[in-house]
Parts: sequence; structure tokens; C-alpha cells
Amino acid sequence: MVLDGKVPEGPIEQKWDRHRSRLKLINPANKRKYRILVVGSGLAGASAAASLAELGYAVDCFFFQDSPRRAHSIAAQGGINAAKNYPNDGDSIWRLFHDTVKGGDYRAREANVYRLAQVSNAIIDQCVAQGVPFAREYGGTLENRSFGGAQVSRTFYARGQTGQQLLLGAYSALLRQVAAGRVRLHRRCEMLDLVVVEGRARGIVTRDLITGKFERHAGDAVVLGTGGYGNVFYLSTNAKGCNVTAIWRAYRRGAFFANPCFTQIHPTCIPVTGDHQSKLTLMSESLRNDGRVWVPKRKGDTRPPNRIPEEERDYFLERRYPAFGNLVPRDVASRAAKAVCDEGRGVGPGGLGVYLDFADALERLGRPVIEERYGNLFDMYKKITAEDPYGTPMRIYPASHYTMGGLWVDYNLMSNLPGLFVIGEANFSDHGANRLGASALMQGLADGYFVLPYTIGDYLATAGKSGIDTDHAEFVAAEEQVRGRIARLLGIRGERSPDSFHKQLGRLLWNECGMSRNEAGLRRALEEIPRIRDEFWRNLRVPGTADTLNQTLEKASRVADFLEFAELMVRDALHREESCGGHFREEHQTEDGEAKRDDERFAYVAAWEFRGDGAAPELHKEPLRFDHVKPEQRSYK
Amino acid sequence: MNFTLKVWRQAGPQAPGRLVTYPAEGISPDTSFLEMLDIVNERLIAKNEEPIAFDHDCREGICGMCGAVVNGYAHGHERRTTLCQLHMRSFRDGATICIEPFRARAFPVIRDLVVDRSAFDAILMTGGYISIRTGAAPEANAIPVPKENAERAMDAAACIGCGACVAACPNASAMLFTAAKIGHLGLLPQGQPERFDRVRTMVSAMEQAGFGSCTNHGECEAACPKGISMDFIARMNLDLIRAAIRHR
Repeated sequence: MVLDGKVPEGPIEQKWDRHRSRLKLINPANKRKYRILVVGSGLAGASAAASLAELGYAVDCFFFQDSPRRAHSIAAQGGINAAKNYPNDGDSIWRLFHDTVKGGDYRAREANVYRLAQVSNAIIDQCVAQGVPFAREYGGTLENRSFGGAQVSRTFYARGQTGQQLLLGAYSALLRQVAAGRVRLHRRCEMLDLVVVEGRARGIVTRDLITGKFERHAGDAVVLGTGGYGNVFYLSTNAKGCNVTAIWRAYRRGAFFANPCFTQIHPTCIPVTGDHQSKLTLMSESLRNDGRVWVPKRKGDTRPPNRIPEEERDYFLERRYPAFGNLVPRDVASRAAKAVCDEGRGVGPGGLGVYLDFADALERLGRPVIEERYGNLFDMYKKITAEDPYGTPMRIYPASHYTMGGLWVDYNLMSNLPGLFVIGEANFSDHGANRLGASALMQGLADGYFVLPYTIGDYLATAGKSGIDTDHAEFVAAEEQVRGRIARLLGIRGERSPDSFHKQLGRLLWNECGMSRNEAGLRRALEEIPRIRDEFWRNLRVPGTADTLNQTLEKASRVADFLEFAELMVRDALHREESCGGHFREEHQTEDGEAKRDDERFAYVAAWEFRGDGAAPELHKEPLRFDHVKPEQRSYK
Repeated sequence: MNFTLKVWRQAGPQAPGRLVTYPAEGISPDTSFLEMLDIVNERLIAKNEEPIAFDHDCREGICGMCGAVVNGYAHGHERRTTLCQLHMRSFRDGATICIEPFRARAFPVIRDLVVDRSAFDAILMTGGYISIRTGAAPEANAIPVPKENAERAMDAAACIGCGACVAACPNASAMLFTAAKIGHLGLLPQGQPERFDRVRTMVSAMEQAGFGSCTNHGECEAACPKGISMDFIARMNLDLIRAAIRHR
């Protein structure tokens, strides 16, 4: 089946405005009769829930943490992009659009990316009005900084805590609507299934994580803003709770999963120290503005960094990419770091690390400026490693960070299942095969504040009230299945913990489907994953019961879904016989080791349809057309 | 490194709790406090015992989900550090470590170290926002904010809502938490129209949620992982007096 992205007609600059003014509307007095279920309370979920409630809809918001403010958007550090052109350095909507399409290695839908660039400016206005304390110039105007993959300074930031401040803004707007009685919050409540009736999304089944109670919720539309699946690698920069469950359950109910192999490995994370490691910590990309990345020129050089003279250092990013230097996009920087470590020139324990050195910046700008820009990041680094980055270079290594893949959506952010909308990182996104820094926050808020509130109204006006309540046979059946699955997890009574399986899966994927992939490795993974899954269902141990807070049970349920999802991710990586963005197939590279796309065969979105357990998923393609940004070999030289 | 843990175990909100002793042996000094608990939990699962329940998520000190009282200190003995950022290298080898939940009437225990902090949301719900609809915002640079105010507002806005201030306060007061939000919004021009209503409703919501009053112990500032200053409490009190005068 050839998928239709439903991109509106007309010149790209006018598509969104024209589309917006033609979407059907719902009378203000009737909006409160429509119930919308929003799953997730991060930037996308909270901004959508708040904006929909402001419009008058009845909204329910579900999240597994104790407060909406905990969602993982909170951890984004560096900033948010917008095409304001305040620094007068030549930025424009067109340029932001162009950089994002190119940064994504020509695997995103042009019209969506253009819309994203268009609404980016309104996001900044909205956030400032909410009281987000962005960095300011002395004159009181907003300050910008530069980020990877761009030659203009278009990134707005709030120290190293931009995600936190933007989320607190959306969260405050959400709480205002809760107080007004238009949003009901469901804390510590996890979505475990999607209910589909006659092809339309009609509700969800949840489990209350404290009482263990299963609940059925019916709605006129379901919105998933449940984030990415980077934790499939076990070690990642994602929060421990981030999981694939909501979108995986929707996939099993018929929603198409697009480009699952597009995962982003972030170049600047604190290296792994040992087996006890439970997660990896990101050091913001903004550090690459002033930090210089290097390794010793000589293999096995174990001298402390301060003893290695200038001429014996290899500033490999500046050497290989003179135009962008340390600010090349993430996929390029990560692979370059892996390459020097593979040559045996890596630093630190195990040789899996490169230096990020601030000595020059400290000399040029002085310590107070560096403290103001990156103080909290330096403190965090020191706490974790017990090394002082003001005196010795940081050691960094790439880690799983973001996932460009996700549920397939059309231009209206609706999946192939009518009534199911997917926003933020959970959808297959506007970032193609590689996301540029400071663009995730932009997309999450664009979807939630400025796109979904329009497009969902059109769906509701066309489809009308659902009229299906939670006594419907599909709701009853879905709850039965969820109950059965939870009981099964508890009933295995084997010997291994959920974490032990998760670690095993993560290691396998990191080796075979991580920063670089090849056919033999991917085939190995395809054989190995079902084996791990079989053992999981035979030998899992979950102590305790289902009718109380049971964190081991929560983990087990999420790991079970990762074990199914992993296979789809590897299958997608195997089928895509080209390199693009974060997906690097060793068989497909240029002479100097850069990613080599195959636009003839692979300029499409790969959307997979579930065909039953044990059956191969079916591939559907949405062809990608590039009428405005001509695909070329990405060059940051 | 080897440790002896004394951990508060409580099966549910109504169940009685008690301290239970567990060994934590062979722990690498680079292990974080929560990773040490992970290891202990894996060993408990291996023995078919129920693991210790504790809240956590981002493990990089920003989500505010984690927190426990460690040897009498909220988030442990290191200043400006969340529990997830505390590393075992900062403990003495062989030490006995006592781990209890954050205790306050407004934070009922759910299980073991997990407490219910939804009272914080209840406070913010009454005024911890600027009433602006999506789409109604003016051009961002039309609202100049002096750099000094923006920085000061950011100092307050850095609050992660973890609840350590409440746990550390002998009165279980939420003054620092409430004052941080009032300070953040009150220092910005965008926050002025609702400034005095905000302080009145939020302080009243704080009292209704069962938090105690401030008697200037200063434990909150010492325990705050983000180093939020008590000056914001003074500022809030001044605004509260101004609000009372205006209201008359």
C-alpha cells in the first residue's frame, strides 16, 4: 500500500495557512461535549492538553509519574530553535526549514518541516508570555546561541535547563486548566492498551500503579505524546521510566510504526564506568560551542591530557570538517568519535572516550563567562566523575539519546487509525533520519500548541461523537487481555529479574544496531532477540502482587514490549540498504567514511503494519518528494 | 566498598513501617546512590524477596522524582545534590546508612521510600501560572526583561519540586517551594498583573494542604539541591503584606 501523507495543495509557504482556514470547526458550546484522552504530560502532551482545554474540550491526561512536571522533556538542556533572526545573521523560516531537512538527511516530509519552521516563532512568543526565564541581553531582549548543524545563532535557552523551563511553562498552563475543571489528571497511571472499535481509536485501558486497578477510558479521540524508545538500548540518556509501551500497544492494534531504525546517538555523554551503570548522562550539545574535541594522535597514548603537547593532539572534528568544526550534526560527530576510538586512540578506561576541552575558551573568555554559560553542566560532570572540567578536559562518548522513528502520522498528526493522534517524539517526526540540536523542544511544542488543536477539531467535526462507552465488547476484551498479560508476568516465577533481560537486550542492540550496522550483525540480532524473549517468558521473576505499587512488575511489562519492538527495529535497519543520518550501514559509505544515501531506492518513509505474533510485519511506503530542498550528499566540510 | 543499610520498609499507606537491615557489599565507589539501591534490589529479587520501592526517573538531578532522607539529611549529606547524583565514593567504607522516606503530614507514604507529593501540584494549581491562552502572546521581544531580573527569576525557577525543603523543615513547611514560584513569576513583567492575587491564593493553598509554617530555621535552603535562597521567602512575605494592604 502506498501511504498518503495528506499534504495540502498549494505553494509550500501557504500550505499550512490555507489548510488551517479550511479545517472544519466545532461550535464553542459543543466542544465541552467531546472528550479527548491525552497520554503523556511532556512538552507535547502538556501543551496539547492545556491548549485543547482552553478551547473548551473535556480533557483527560494520563502519566506514569507522580506529577506532570516529571516528564522527561524536563531533562533537555541546550535550547529551542526558532527563526526569529534576532541576531541579524541571515536566519529565516526558509533557512530553518532547509537546515532541518538537510540535517535529517532528506528523510522527512518537506511540508511538515516547513510548517514546523513557520510556527517556531510563535512558540517563543508563547513561552515568554508564560514567564519562561530565557537568557537575556543587557538591554532586556532575548539572547541566542548557536547549535550543531546550523551556521546561524537561532537557539533560545534558559541556562542549561531549557527543557525544564519550557515544560514548567506548559505544566503551569495545564494546571490552570485542571483548576478550571477542564482537565482531569490521572497520576501514576500507565496506558497498557489502545481500544479500537471498527477501525477507529475509541479509548484506552490503563493500570493505576498504586492500587493496581485496571480502568477503561472512552474518548472521542486519543492523543499519544508518550515520547521515544531510546531505552531499548538499556543504557541511554532517557529517564529510567521512558518506554515504548503506549506506541507499541497502538502498533499491535493496527497503527503503523514508521522508521523504527532511525535512532539518534548523541556525541557528548559521560562515558560508561562499569556494570553498575543504570543510565548515561548527556552533556549538552551547547558545550561544543566553546569546547574543542580531540584525542591523542598516537595510539595507546596514556599520558594525562595536560601532558600531551598541542602538536600531538588530533582535533579530529576541526580537521575533518573545517566549515562546521566542532558543531557538525550529532550523527556525524558520534561516528567520528567512534572511528578514532576504533583506531585505538580513545581515552579513559576502556578507551571509549574523547576529550572535550575548554582550556582555550577559559583563556579567551575567562572563567566567569564559562560559569554563566555552562556552570550547571560543569557541576554535574564533576559530581558524576569526580573530575574538575575547569582544570582537566571532559571525557565524552556517544550514547542513545533520541528516536526519530515512531508511529506514522499524516500532515494532521493523525495515524492511519482514525481518531488516534500522535505528537512529539512519539510520532515518526519531522526530523528525518537525524534530528538537529534544539529541535525536539521545538517540535514537541509546535505539535501541542499550534498544530494538533487545529487538526483534531477537523477530525471531531467530521467524525462526530464516538457514542461508544466502556461497556462495549472491545473495551471488555482489551481489559481482559491486559489483565491476562499482567497475571502471566507474575505467574512465571522463574529466576531472572526484568533488568537482567533488559541489559542483555540493550547490549545486543548497541553492538548490532547502534552507531553502525551491517547485514551479518543485524541477522545475528534477528536470531538472538526471539531467544531472549523466549527465555524472558519462561524464566522471569517478579516478586510481589499486582494490587499494590510493584515497580518490578512495571519494569517487566515495559521490557516485554521492548523485546517485541526490538525485532521490528532490527528488521527495519536490515531492510534499509543505505546509510542516512543516524542509520549507518557499513556496506554503504563513501570513500572517506560518510553516510551514502540511496535516493533511487529508499527516499520513502517505511511504515510497518502488525500482522500478528509470529508473522512478518507488512511494509508500507510513503514516498518522499523534495521539491524545495534538493537532496545532495550532506557536506559539513 | 561495603555498607550496612537500614531501610524504611512499609507495605502501604496504612501499614506500619519499620527499619530493616540489609548488607550492601562489593559496591564500586563510582556507583550512584540509586544504583547502589538497584544492586541491593537485584539481590533481593534473587532471594525472592520484594525489592525496596523508591521513586526515581531522570537520574540526572532535574526531574525531582527521587529523594529520601539519608542519615538524617534530605538527599544525603552533599550540598546541592539530588539523591541520584550522590555517589558512594562520598561515604566511608564500612558505613551504616539509614534511609527513610521524606516525612511530612502533607506527603503520606505510599510504600517504602515512595511518598505522595501531589500537594505541590495543588499549591501551584491555585496561581502558579500566568493566565495566557495559547496563541494570545505578543511578540517575544516586545516584553523587555532586565538581565538581572531574568537571572534572578531563573534562580527561583530552577526549583525541581522534589520536596526536600519540606522534608528538611522541622515544621514540614512548603514555604521555600511556594516562594520560589512566586519569586520566579513576580520578578518578571509578565507576572505583574496577577502578582498579589497569586501570593494570597498560593499561601492559603499551602496552609490548606497541611504544610506547616516557617520559623526561619533555614534547613530548607541547606537541603535544596538547587540552592534556592531563603531570600525568596522574605520576598514572598513582603508581597503577602503588600497584598493584604491592597486588598483592604
